[in-house]
Amino acid sequence: MIELQNVSRSFTVGDQQVSALRDINLRMDAGEYISIMGPSGSGKSTMLNLLGLLDRPSSGTYLLDGGNVTDLTDEQQAQVRREKIGFVFQSFHLVPRLTAAQNVELPMILAGIAPEERKQRVEVLMQNYGLSARADHRPDQLSGGQRQRVAIARATVMKPTVLLADEPTGNLDRATGWEVLKLLEGLLEQGITLVVVTHDTEIGARAHRQIHMLDGAIRSDERHTT
Amino acid sequence: MYYRDFLTLTTSSFLTSRLRSFLTGLGIAIGIAAVILLTSIGEGLHQFVLDEFSQFGTNIISIQPGKTETQGGNVGVFGSSRQLSLEDADALRRLPYVESVNPSVMGNAELKFNGKTRRTTIFGEGREFAQAFTMKVQSGTFWPDADDEQARAFVVLGSKVRQELFAGQNPLGEYLRVGGQRYRVIGVMESKGQVLGMDLDDAVYIPAARAMELLNRPGLMEIQVAYRPDVAAEKVIRLIKDRMIERHGREDFTLISQEEALEVLGSVLNVLTFAVAALGGISLLVGAVGILTIMTMAVTERTAEIGLLRALGARENQVLMLFLGEAIMLSALGGIMGLLIGVGIAQGLHLLIPALPVHTPWLYAVLAELTAITIGLAAGVAPAMRAARLDPVEALHAE
Repeated sequence: MIELQNVSRSFTVGDQQVSALRDINLRMDAGEYISIMGPSGSGKSTMLNLLGLLDRPSSGTYLLDGGNVTDLTDEQQAQVRREKIGFVFQSFHLVPRLTAAQNVELPMILAGIAPEERKQRVEVLMQNYGLSARADHRPDQLSGGQRQRVAIARATVMKPTVLLADEPTGNLDRATGWEVLKLLEGLLEQGITLVVVTHDTEIGARAHRQIHMLDGAIRSDERHTT
Repeated sequence: MYYRDFLTLTTSSFLTSRLRSFLTGLGIAIGIAAVILLTSIGEGLHQFVLDEFSQFGTNIISIQPGKTETQGGNVGVFGSSRQLSLEDADALRRLPYVESVNPSVMGNAELKFNGKTRRTTIFGEGREFAQAFTMKVQSGTFWPDADDEQARAFVVLGSKVRQELFAGQNPLGEYLRVGGQRYRVIGVMESKGQVLGMDLDDAVYIPAARAMELLNRPGLMEIQVAYRPDVAAEKVIRLIKDRMIERHGREDFTLISQEEALEVLGSVLNVLTFAVAALGGISLLVGAVGILTIMTMAVTERTAEIGLLRALGARENQVLMLFLGEAIMLSALGGIMGLLIGVGIAQGLHLLIPALPVHTPWLYAVLAELTAITIGLAAGVAPAMRAARLDPVEALHAE
């Protein structure tokens, strides 16, 4: 469960104060499928960074799983990211010199999980995502769809409670994009909270709950039952 | 993070850009190789010179006539100060801690045997000569007589003289003319070879008293005192000085302690080795700049990756250690490469020019490697800190 209370985020650009988020109040329940939409500059990326603890709000409170994570130290925030949050990026962000399997393994290496367990978990995930044959390939030997599947495997290998996807289909063609989206939606069955940031209304419409943002504020917050 | 994973991650990054890593490591390697090569030669020379000087034992004090007032050779040999006599030598022999005393004169004379003539160096020595200088008599003995005017006409041959004049026959008991006088051969020295340019084998040894007479010299050129090795040189020097002043009435002689001479020599050679190592150190500095440059570039190139690592939950420290580890690994491998190159060139030189003494002390090798690692650490700190402090959001969006 995620809760933002009166969260604002402003940046200083030159000598000007720019508000990226203004007084956001938002509550997301565990297992929800949420899309955040809006034109560029509407604050959706800032929102995602805040939710992912990559950024801190200028004011307000962020509760994650009931705990206040706003004022955690950098070290503690890193631990929360490691254990509870998974990221999927538009540009995949795979480490080019590591193999697909090693990329999936990376979060567990950083967390200090024993090699035997890592190997097992990677194998299961690669199998599930149909990447077994590609495990030893480097990212530049993979297609766009395969790369994003590796990235999703990496994002879920630590069994996070929240998955934050930033334009996950942005660099993919339509067919591959749909496949990737289906894969992400499949994670909902495991009880993960899925947040997809997109400016593609067609993709955003698939979410059960759609948040539209404009100028750093939530303009609409609609729930659909499909 | 497991130690092994840390190694895998750091090595993977410089294995991908092999050529670049190799060239960066080469900068350090050249520096280390220079340091190792120069210190190997310096240390080899050091040992060579010290061995030359100390092969006669280090617990020897020489007394020469005339007071050395300034640097340079003393003028006593030609001057008017009182000569050193055989009695002086005898007096020193009675001092405590003294093991042996050798009165010494040197000159040139003609040897004649069986129609063959040879001009050689004549060493006029005392009977304890061989003992004092740890030289060995190969066959026969040194003369047993006391060092006084009654010394009999005995001669001990250097191995080369024996070879030249007595080829194929036993010289012991034969009579040899030294400067016109008849001497009986009672011993042959073991071959000693050249020592600091003087051929000790092309020489004969006769009693000092007879040599003074033969060479027409009023006094000894030097008295050497060998003392017990467990006694400090200064203590013996003081005793000798007191006794000599007592006998001569004033300090008209010069004392040279082998130990002090070696110390001075050693420190001069140490400074030399150090200076040469410092020269090599400059190339190490250049290597360090290379590592700094490459690591700064690596941080810039991999900014997005740093952002990713942070998003995946890497702590600032982990990022710091990854980049620092890479810098250290670069310089450590460069260091090992340099060690191999340096030792290789040093040994190769030694093979080409056998006269050039070469010696690489283990301590230097270890120190050089530690220096390389320290350089990597120093050069890597700034880029690694920059990497660790990058803002994750900005880093992620750097492409």
